Amino acid sequence: MSRISQCFKKLKADGQTALIPYVTAGDPEPWVTVPLLHALVDAGADIIELGIPFSDPMSDGPVIQKACERALKNDVSVKSVLEMVKKFREKNSETPIVLMGYANPIEAIGYPTFAKLAKEAGVDGVLTVDVPPEESDDFRQIMDEHEIDTIYLVAPTTSNERMSMIASYARGFIYYVSIKGVTGSASLDITEVNEKLALLRERTDLPLGVGFGIRDGKSAAAVAEIADAVVVGSTLVKCIEEHAQRLEELPVAVAGLLAEMRHAINARDLAKA
Amino acid sequence: MLKEHIHDYYKSFPDERGHFGPYGGRFVGETLMGAIYELQDAYEQYRNHPDFLAEMDKDLSTFVGRPSPLYLAENWTKKLGGAQIYLKREDLNHTGAHKVNNTIGQALLAKRMGKTRIIAETGAGQHGVATATVAARMGLECIVYMGAEDVERQAQNVYRMKLLGAQVVPVESGSRTLKDALNEALRDWVTNVDDTFYIIGTVAGPHPYPAMVRDFQSIIGREAKQQMFDINGKLPDALVACIGGGSNAIGLFHPFIEDESVAMYGVEGAGHGIETGQHSAPLSAGRPGVLHGNRTYLMQDDYGEIIETHSISAGLDYPGVGPEHAWLKDIGRANYVSVTDEEALTAFHDLTRTEGIIPALESSHALAYVKKLAPTMSPEQTLIVNLSGRGDKDMHTVAAMAGLKF
Repeated sequence: MSRISQCFKKLKADGQTALIPYVTAGDPEPWVTVPLLHALVDAGADIIELGIPFSDPMSDGPVIQKACERALKNDVSVKSVLEMVKKFREKNSETPIVLMGYANPIEAIGYPTFAKLAKEAGVDGVLTVDVPPEESDDFRQIMDEHEIDTIYLVAPTTSNERMSMIASYARGFIYYVSIKGVTGSASLDITEVNEKLALLRERTDLPLGVGFGIRDGKSAAAVAEIADAVVVGSTLVKCIEEHAQRLEELPVAVAGLLAEMRHAINARDLAKA
Repeated sequence: MLKEHIHDYYKSFPDERGHFGPYGGRFVGETLMGAIYELQDAYEQYRNHPDFLAEMDKDLSTFVGRPSPLYLAENWTKKLGGAQIYLKREDLNHTGAHKVNNTIGQALLAKRMGKTRIIAETGAGQHGVATATVAARMGLECIVYMGAEDVERQAQNVYRMKLLGAQVVPVESGSRTLKDALNEALRDWVTNVDDTFYIIGTVAGPHPYPAMVRDFQSIIGREAKQQMFDINGKLPDALVACIGGGSNAIGLFHPFIEDESVAMYGVEGAGHGIETGQHSAPLSAGRPGVLHGNRTYLMQDDYGEIIETHSISAGLDYPGVGPEHAWLKDIGRANYVSVTDEEALTAFHDLTRTEGIIPALESSHALAYVKKLAPTMSPEQTLIVNLSGRGDKDMHTVAAMAGLKF
């Protein structure tokens, strides 16, 4: 069983909702990332989503786009992201790490080499936002061979037929994009999200994560009510941006934001139990 | 290799998933997949529908001014001393370039799909103007994304778009040029996917765009083929066209692909020279990757990050190229070459003085290659060069090269 599946199994047994923070690797400085990841785990992260910076992040809003630009200014590449994961693993062998990014930097290394290096570094899952299931046969097969989970997105615009197809391709968990839009753009509508999740649950036993539009404890708790995992990205990245000139305060500030969401989710989980 | 792919080319490419060999495809986020299939269904429904075709033909004839003439450039032919040079006069179209052939088609499709809002990206502004023009005529809301740097460089086209009622949004992210405008248009589409139609200006993007834009632009080659038959009673020996994303080139090439005797030359922008790295020639000096919805040749660094391009001509200043060109290169059906800014500029002046036609700087790249190719051919042979646009929009760039400002 993969580290991601184990993680969800344990949380389920404990009646807890997973909290998944996203940060862009190497933002704002490469050396900040590993200490930041540890701080996020201490603040209650169950799984880490680590962004591979890309020059043209078409599915992201201005916040993550600028994070990519800051990281790229420091020449952060797929290989340096994998180095960060390796370093993180020196002190943490439990928290699953999912790499999130776009196809081209991964294609530049080549799928087989990437899969081998990622596995060695301790990566558990990969989500390439611009590679839909239709285009991912090779990728998925190679990741399967290296026991790396391929995470897929489902969106409000995804038809029932596509949901079934995606369910058959997905590993680890399924990431539901709660709004039509780019990352960090709008607030989500819990009722709408819930309806879609119900349709998705008819088609898969995999845990369902919800992301896009979660910005504080309140929205995190609301999503925890209906999903197995809460993904939060732009809010944290915005906080990183605000602390780009005060790096010594950055991990504490970002972890503080995440802790607030963790508390809100825990309170909800307790009330439900 | 070559022969096997050219046989039945039209039936085979793209395949049902939009692939030209390993190129093309649909590489977009999940939120857009529904819209892409919706577009594909609508296009399949209307592409051969008599009413749709009749309406498009009427617009192309009475609004655009088609067919565009095939003009024998006698003076220039004599001067170069080789093949007879014919110019396909896309510069005479309404709005001054080939771009409008495609925007008419897509806007008619948008209307049939019930979309009320049009978005587009533009580099030099020609596609933006062509989109704003058809949007004005059809009463559709129009938003054009344009790199902030291009907004500054192409003030006149920005004003034209505004006059036509379009909203021009300067894009400040990344390199502030065409590729960033494309990113921003895709972000808009994701956000407003229900009522919005994205009119892509070139033969790139996710399937069905490369095939659809090609089909709309293929009128260039169909006309040219017929015109050449009417004049000479036979096929031309060579075709030459400039390549940014590659829509004017594929428009000319496509109807000739299965005619193996016809040589094809796509001319990329070598900028300051391929060896300087400052160019926009992915087919000549890039390698395959994934960007903006398709797999194709890209200008990228060792790590897969897209790098900035350079060309004197804003319309060629793009790090990718249509996936069908990538395939035609690999199977050896078309030849891809490049000429520098300087060579293009010289050809610009040559045509202006010898034929009394001021070409766009994009088209001047094709003309610069004709200067190399024509003398190697015999006077019995013919070549067609796509004069994809007129040079009015480039006056300030050319003047600035001569130290003038106005």
